[in-house]
Formats: sequence, structure tokens, C-alpha cells
Amino acid sequence: MTAASASRSLSTKGKPEVVLRLTGITKRFGPLLANDAISLTLHAGEVLALLGENGAGKTTLMNILFGHYVAEQGTIEVFGRPLPPGSPHAALEAGIGMVHQHFTLADNLSVLDNVAVGTESLWRLRSDRRASRTRLLELAQRFGLDVRPDALVADLSVGERQRVEILKALYRDARILILDEPTAVLTPQEAAGLFETLGRLTADGLAIVFISHKMNEVFAASDTVAVLRAGKLVATHATNSTDRAKLAELMVGRTVTPPAPLPLLAGDPVLDLSRVTVVSGHGQPLLDAVDLTVCRHQVVGIAGVSGNGQTALAELVSGLSAPDSGRVTIKGVGVERADPKAMVHRGVARIPEDRHSAGLVGAMTVWENLIGERYRDRAFSRFGILRRSAARTYAREVIKDFDVRCPGPDARTQLLSGGNMQKLILGRTLAYRPDLILASQPTRGLDIGAVSYVHGRLLEARAAGAGVLLISEDLDEILALADRIAVIHQARLTPLLPNGHVSIGQLGLLMAGHWDILPEILDAA
Amino acid sequence: MRLEPRADSPLSLQLIAPLGAIAAALALCAVLVAWTGAPVLRAYGLLIEGALGSRFALTETLTRATPLILTGLAAAVAFRAKLWNIGAEGQLYMGALTAVILGGGMIDLPAGLLVPLVMLAAMAVGGATLLGPAVLKVRFGVDEVVTTLLLNFVVLLLVSMLLEGPLKDPMGMGWPQSAPVISAAELPKLIARTRLHAGLAIAVGLAILLWLIDTRTIWGYENRAVGANPRAAAFAGMPVTWIMLRTALLSGGLAGLAGAAEVCGLKGYLTLDLSPGFGYSGIVVAMLAQLHPLGVVGAAVFIAAIFVGADAMSRAMPIPNYIADVMVSTSLLCMLVAGLLVRYRLRRG
Amino acid sequence: MDIVATLLDTLISAAFWTAVLRIATPYVLGTLGELICERAGVLNLGIEGIMTLGAMAGWMTVYQGGGLWAGVLAAAACGALFGLLHAALTVPLGLSQHVTGIGVTLLGTSLSSFVYRLVLPQASTPPTIVPFQPLPLPGALAQTPLTYSALALVGGIAYVLYRTPVGLAVRMVGENPAAAEAQGLNVTALRVGAVMAGSALMALAGSFLTLSAFNAFFFNMVNGRGWICIALVVFASWRPGKALVGALLFAVFDALQVRLQQASGGVLPYQVFLMMPYLLSILALVLVARRASYPHALMVPYRKGER
Repeated sequence: MTAASASRSLSTKGKPEVVLRLTGITKRFGPLLANDAISLTLHAGEVLALLGENGAGKTTLMNILFGHYVAEQGTIEVFGRPLPPGSPHAALEAGIGMVHQHFTLADNLSVLDNVAVGTESLWRLRSDRRASRTRLLELAQRFGLDVRPDALVADLSVGERQRVEILKALYRDARILILDEPTAVLTPQEAAGLFETLGRLTADGLAIVFISHKMNEVFAASDTVAVLRAGKLVATHATNSTDRAKLAELMVGRTVTPPAPLPLLAGDPVLDLSRVTVVSGHGQPLLDAVDLTVCRHQVVGIAGVSGNGQTALAELVSGLSAPDSGRVTIKGVGVERADPKAMVHRGVARIPEDRHSAGLVGAMTVWENLIGERYRDRAFSRFGILRRSAARTYAREVIKDFDVRCPGPDARTQLLSGGNMQKLILGRTLAYRPDLILASQPTRGLDIGAVSYVHGRLLEARAAGAGVLLISEDLDEILALADRIAVIHQARLTPLLPNGHVSIGQLGLLMAGHWDILPEILDAA
Repeated sequence: MRLEPRADSPLSLQLIAPLGAIAAALALCAVLVAWTGAPVLRAYGLLIEGALGSRFALTETLTRATPLILTGLAAAVAFRAKLWNIGAEGQLYMGALTAVILGGGMIDLPAGLLVPLVMLAAMAVGGATLLGPAVLKVRFGVDEVVTTLLLNFVVLLLVSMLLEGPLKDPMGMGWPQSAPVISAAELPKLIARTRLHAGLAIAVGLAILLWLIDTRTIWGYENRAVGANPRAAAFAGMPVTWIMLRTALLSGGLAGLAGAAEVCGLKGYLTLDLSPGFGYSGIVVAMLAQLHPLGVVGAAVFIAAIFVGADAMSRAMPIPNYIADVMVSTSLLCMLVAGLLVRYRLRRG
Repeated sequence: MDIVATLLDTLISAAFWTAVLRIATPYVLGTLGELICERAGVLNLGIEGIMTLGAMAGWMTVYQGGGLWAGVLAAAACGALFGLLHAALTVPLGLSQHVTGIGVTLLGTSLSSFVYRLVLPQASTPPTIVPFQPLPLPGALAQTPLTYSALALVGGIAYVLYRTPVGLAVRMVGENPAAAEAQGLNVTALRVGAVMAGSALMALAGSFLTLSAFNAFFFNMVNGRGWICIALVVFASWRPGKALVGALLFAVFDALQVRLQQASGGVLPYQVFLMMPYLLSILALVLVARRASYPHALMVPYRKGER
């Protein structure tokens, strides 16, 4: 337990009050058993970490608690009283607040509006803005959460938005706060700041559940850790009575061996960006005089907090946009205009950031998606007529080579799991032995098996001579795969830093824009 | 109650859905029929008899179905690409206008050449009419629903202006109608001494052709991809803007052809009441067919049967023939719900 | 020069501004109604049919012996009912708002014709009623109570949207329904309620035509006014005050084209002038489309607990 919560619990009747009790929660999505008879208790002043891989059922459990979903079985008791299922309103009334992973804020409304909406009786004849503002500012001051009440949410940084989310819960007198993957979008320093805030909240007697799949956060912030695996609660431990290896094993269900270090290779440059600038429709720079080189046999990782220009960089290399100034060359040949098809034919394999909306057409079949980039090739069409049997045969090969679990080439892709969708995209692009691979957030939302498969394939391609441009918000992923790392911040990119010569703390500072430390890092490397 | 997506929608369900929707719509409209005081079963009996009960009734229904197949295809093609063309009515009149201008004796060609020329020109003009809104959508992000709807009114006024002006038939006894097309521009009759004309064969042929294009060619492949997920299509390198414009040309062209076929196959000349809302009914046809080109043919025959049957019914009973429009719009709403039940199942909790 | 002189004369005449306010009234009401629906995230293409239904229901109530205000109420009730139909299909069921709206319009229009024809099978010239009379005020202020109600509603709706909790809640469900739900609001109820209220206003717009502007019901009398309202909502950037400005501006042009038509003495066919309102609406859409800031969740169905 943290010092604050320990002192509180001693000052009361010896044992802290139980504030939340989940009993036998079970939830199915079609054939998938997302939560299997899960029981948990939470005490006042306690920080409980809910640890598990993607898809283990953590978010589902918390969504049931908050009333977004209704469980098939099981009961929830809050402060000794049963909580009516399926109603966020009831959960809020009972004192539960939730900070969602994808923030639930309306961009076009002010901070104050976002916090105050739904807190007054709907049929009041006038909103009491003054009272809301006073209360918001008071809470902000008490917990050291700096906000501007009249700013539009659209203009806030990710960290500021998270503060608004927490204030929303506090404004409603939440006594139990749920945080879903709260650090996923933060720099390491911002995450440390968040944990400090959590300390102040528990000192005030709040109970906190935070969902995570990162071990170091569990040890940094929690009193108790509950491990979920495939919908089941496999263990609950006091955090200080366990260790990383044990938790990792519980989480994955087998012993985990760290990957072997990679031999350093390097070849000719395949991608070169020289003073590349891309400007948005509103005149804001999305990429500002960026220099970047990716060579064969090399993984270059781009680290950064989301929204700093990663999307623009990915679109540029995908062929969806062209530079406004500067020069992009692929294997020494300049790219003149936006043309995704030309990129494909130049040997660029593109793994898009959002596989659902950009990678695949969910309503179409596996074979139709597999030929998506090359349907005009003679292998797949002649005189405008599709060669459907050739395409199906090809699809069967890819399904086999890339271990895609699906009923066959005629299955609709929207029925595939996230991991299998990603394998499909890998199959579509890697089957053609690319010279350059653009991997944007290639493992976001995947379970650990699929993650290691994707990583394995990328490293295999690297060994075979491809250059890989890896854009990821997951620092651990970049540190595990990249030979060289560059940090992107407000449309600008640092020079390439060799992995191993830069610490997590330094990367965090660079991600937050403290580029004054760059000379020091470069000197050391 | 909750909706849960089905893993797979069996073909049987997809076929039952429109039938169920039609049954539900007829049941709902029975309330209105009962309200008029007419015996419901007998009224529906008359409706069916009037639509399908004799050789003549059947040919009338198929004649009425001809423009509906074409406007239904126009809607289906556009909606598949998520291009909300609600302007088929206007495009139909533009096609009809083209037909009376080119077929009115201005060009002297044998029928074998003149008819295809008139039809293709009507398609081109109909397509061009939708191209405007499509360009505004692609280029400026203007919602095409409102622009196509507003253009319907503009086109109708344009037709009215021409019918009262340069196109007015001097022999028309003062009515705003055009001079008839010359006989070389007329579509041949399919069955002698009926009104059924070759437009039906063209419409059915086009439905089959569109189905083949849809499933067998890279054009259809691109169209489906852009309709289902334009972002993914653009990412894969498909020319999304061009595909959109091409779809607009085709959709408007089909509606334009409907107008030309009505003029050259049935009416012979153009008046302001050439179409009793074929453009709007085409939307219902397309939805009942779940946007499938072959399904459009069946759905169009059904809608045509309702219109033809309701006319017969209202002649024999004091039921206003507007009941047909009520039935058709109710079928559309019922079909939307039925379509939902094909894709989702209802679950408790 | 003659035209310019006529124009200037027209612009300072009271009769012209009387006509402007009269022409603007149904657009003000219809635009406000559509605006409320869209602010809650639901596009309501049923507007054209709901206006027709309102025109018919209002007129029919008065024709059957009801009072004028009873007619107005009947129209609003029918509008709310059709709003419920549109909302039931598009909100909890999440069906396409485009196609459902077209369906509601087709149903509203055909049902109006059916009922009218059923009650009056033989009427060759439409029977008339005694409509609302203008208030005894000088000049352009001599308007019927419905016009004054419409003007008052602009302020009222702006107040509700921006100053009351329920208005904030409606804007929230139109911007981000998930956020509204996370704040304990009932997204479905708010959206259904907003669509019903907005549809009632659309029906009021229709009833103005039969109870105030004219004294009889004609088929097709709405004549695209609903579609123009949809364009006006975009033009007004979803703000009630700007909706009033847009409707008035539109009415000025519409009144002017009638005067111009008379002044031009048949140089141009009258249809050219009648096309103006529609072409003007399209032009307005093109001008504002680039900088339009749509409610973020407009046309995005929200199903609770879907993943």
C-alpha cells in the first residue's frame, strides 16, 4: 500500500471499508467469453491494477461496472448497495467515475460544458454557469489539475484532456475512479505526473482501479494487482508481495523469454526524406523540414505522442500525400506526386495505422482484400475481367503462409479477429518481398500472440534486406525492434539516435519537446 | 433488447426479408383500407386482379415496371457507392427532354440508328445532370442529397419553360406538351396491341449487364470497394474520385434512359406529368432489392403491380388511388427494418 | 435604369417587407425544426413530408369545425408523431438517416393526399377556410400570430440550446454521444425527443401555409420548401439566430424575384424566376460548405454497447 492509504486505513477501524464488490461477473460477445465469473473487491484508499493482455477482458469488466454493458451473470455492490446494471447514470450516482481510454469529450464544446453536462436537472430553466465554474476551479486547485474552463476541448493537448476527464469524475463526487489504460497516450514524464495525482486522490480516500498491460506501471502505482487472462481472473496479489516475472507468467500463461538481441546490419538507403514539409489545408505544418533516411537491413522507429505528425509522415510514405516542399526518394528515385499505387509498385509495403478503416474493406471477402493493391496486375485481371479463381488460389497460399485463421478465401474480413486482419495485411504486402516496409502502429490492440507474430515477420523482412519504418506510440515496441530511433514532436523530427545509447527518460523528454538535451545524447552516441 | 450483428446472413433470409416487409406493409395499409369502409380482403383481391389478373393487366404492370427498373437501377448503383442520388426524377426528365429534341425530326436517320442515338444521348444528358452535384460533393463537400433534390425542381421548371416555349406543339391545342417524336425514334412494341415496349427488354438486359459488371469486372470490384470503405479503397490506390464521378454518370444515365424510354416507347411526346414520381419510387425499388441489380427487376414489378392494381381498385371502390403511394412508402420503411433483421439479430439484455 | 429604380422603390415599400416576413415564416419554422434534429445528430429528410402533413392536418382540423389554434396544435401533434417514426427507425435501430427520411417524406406526402381525397372525394376546386388575420399593426408589422410565434421561437430555441441544461445535453449528443452517455445522459431519449420537437416545428411550418399564407390545401403545396430549409440549416451553421438571418435573406430574394418578374414584363419566362430560390440554395451550400462545422455525430448512429 502507498503510505497515504496505509495511514488512512490505520486511522479507521483497522481495516479499510470495502467500497466495491464484484461477484461472479460473466459476459459473452457471441461465441467469445469475455468475462468468466470474475469476483473482485476494492477498499477505500486502495489502488488496484487490473493487469492483462489486450483481449483479456479488462475493459469489458470495467464497462460492465460503469453500465456501458450488461453482464449475463453476476452482481455489483457499491458501498454495500447493489448497483442497477446497464446504466452509466446509476453508476455515476453511486459514486463511480470512469476515465475512458478513448476520451469521451466533445471537441466543439468548452471544458466547462464537458464537465457540467448532465450534472444539473435537465429541466432547470437556466444552467448555473457561475456555480459550475467555481466548483471546477476549486477542484482543479485542490488536486493540482490545471485546466482552462473556457478552452475548447479541440484545442487541448492529450495530457490536458486527461485532466478534464479526471475532473469530470471528481466534479460528480466520484469515490471510485476507473482509469482505462491511462498512460497509453502519455510521455513517461506525464505518466509520472498522473501517478502523483492518483496519490493525492487516494489520500483523499478515493479508491482507484487502473487498467494496464504494462508491468512497470503496476509497480509504480498500485497497492494490489489483479491479473486477467482470457476472461478469467487468474490471481490477485498485494503488489509488493510479487514480482515482474511472476506477473508476466500469470498474464501470458507461460514463461516469457526476452527476445535475443539483433545483429546490426546496414545496407543502401531505400527511403530518403530531405527537408520535407507538408502543410495542412489550414496552413499549419504537419511535417516541418523533416530529414530521415531508412536503409536496408534496418528498422527505424519513430517515437512520439500521438498527433505530432505521425499520420502525415505515414501518409507521405504511403503515397497518399506529396510533400509541399523538400524531396522524397525511394531507392534513389524521386517521388513527385501522391500516388499510392506507384508506391506499391516501387516496392513499398504499407501497413496502415487503422486496419479497420484504411487497411481492409470489412464488407468484402478475404480474397478481394488480398488483391486490393494489385487487382490490375495481369495475374488477377485480363481486359478488365477479374480472374477470380486465380485470385482465390493466391489467397489460399497467403492464408497458409501467414497463418490467417479464417474459414477460407470467401470469408468476409469483418468477421476476422484483429490479429488475423493484421496478418492479412501483412500477407498482402510482404508476399511481394518489399524493399521498404511502412508499419504504422502495427500491433495496436493486438493480443500478445499476434504481437510477437507481427514483430517476427518484420524482423524476418529486415533480415531479408528490407528497410522498416516503424511508427509507434508504444515506446516498448520501438525499443524492442528499432536499430535507430527518431522522436517526432510538433511536426519536427530529431536526428536518428542509435537504440541502446538513449534512455527511456531521455526519449520521454524529447517526446515532450525538450530538445535542448539532444546535443548531449548525440555526443554520447 | 439489443441488436447483435450476425456472423453470416444466409441467402434464404435475404430473400425472405423483402417478402416479409411487403406483407407487413400490406397489413399496415389494411388499416387505412378498412377506414375507408371498404371490405379489406375484397379490396386487396381487386388490387391483385387489376395488376396480374389478365394478360392485359400483366402487360400494363410490366409497362409500368419498365421505368421503375431503370430508376431502381439508378438508385441502386448510386447508393452502393454511398452517393445519395435523390434526383432521379430530374434526370429522368432531362433524358425525356433529350429524346423529344433529338427524336422530334431534327435528325433524319433510319430507326436502327436513331433509336440507339436517342437512348445514348438521353443517358449522357441524364448523367451530366448528376455530374454537377457529384462534382460539388467531391470538390467542395456539398451534400448531394439536398442538391439533387433541389435540382429536381429546377429541371421541372426548365421542362415547363421549354414546353411553353420553343418545344410547344403547335398542334397541341394550347396544352404545354411537345410535338411527338417521329416514328423512326419510337421503340418497337414487344407484344402487338398492348402498350408493352422494347424498353422492358433494354431495362432487364441492363440489370443483367450491371450484375455481371458488378461481380466479374474490376469496375464492379472498384465500385464495391469504394462504396463499402472509401478510405481503404484510396489507401489501396484506387482512383476514388473518378470512381465516384463514373458512378454518378452511370446512375444519372440510367434515370435519363428511363425518361427517353417512356417518351419513345409509351407516350410519344413530353408533358409535365410524364412521371408520377418514378424517380422517387426508384429509391423504394432499390431498397426492396437490397441494391442488387437482379433484385431490382422483381422489386420494380412489385411496385408497378401496386400502382396498376390500386388504380383498378380505386375505380371499383371509394378508395383514393393515393393508397398506392402510401403502400409503396410503407414498404420502404418496413424494408429498412427487415434489412436490419437480416444483418442483426435481436437479443435480450 | 428602370429596373434599378423599381428595385429601390420596392425596397422601401412596406408591402414588400410585409411579404418578406410572410414568405420567411415557414422557412424560419422549418429551419429551426431541422436545426434541432441535426443538433442532436439526426438528419431529418422527412421534413418535406412532415410539412405537407402539417399543412393538411392543420387545414383539415379547421375545415372540420375546429378552431385555428386547434389546427395548429393538431399539426404539431402529427409532426411529433412522424418525428417519433423517423427517430424510432434511426436512433435505437440506427437505420440510414438518408433513406428513412426519404421514406418518411414519401409517407407523409402520400398519406396527406390519401386522407384529403378520402374526406373530400369530389372537390374539384379546393374548399377554403377563414385563416389567421394579420394583427392590426402598421406597415410590415401587420403579420399573423403565427409569424410572431416563429420570431419568438428563434429567441426561445437559442436560449434553450445555449442557456439551459437540456440544450447543452442535446448539443452534447449531437457532438459525441459516447461522451453524453458517460455523463449519465440517455442518448436515445434525448435524440428521440429532439427529433420529435423539431418535427413538430416542421409541421407548424406546413400549417402556416394553409392557416395563414393561404386558406386551402393543395397537393404539392410545400413545393421543396423543406429541402430549402435543409440547405438553410447548413447556411446558418446550425445556429438559430443565423437561421433567422438566412430565412429572411432568402425571403428578400424570393420577394424580389416576384417583383422583378412583374417588372420585367415577360422578357424572360416566369420559370426562370421560379428557379431562382432553388439555384440560390445550391449556391449558398457551395459557398459555406468549405467552412461548415457540422455537429460531429451528425448521421452517425449510436448503439449502446456495440463493439
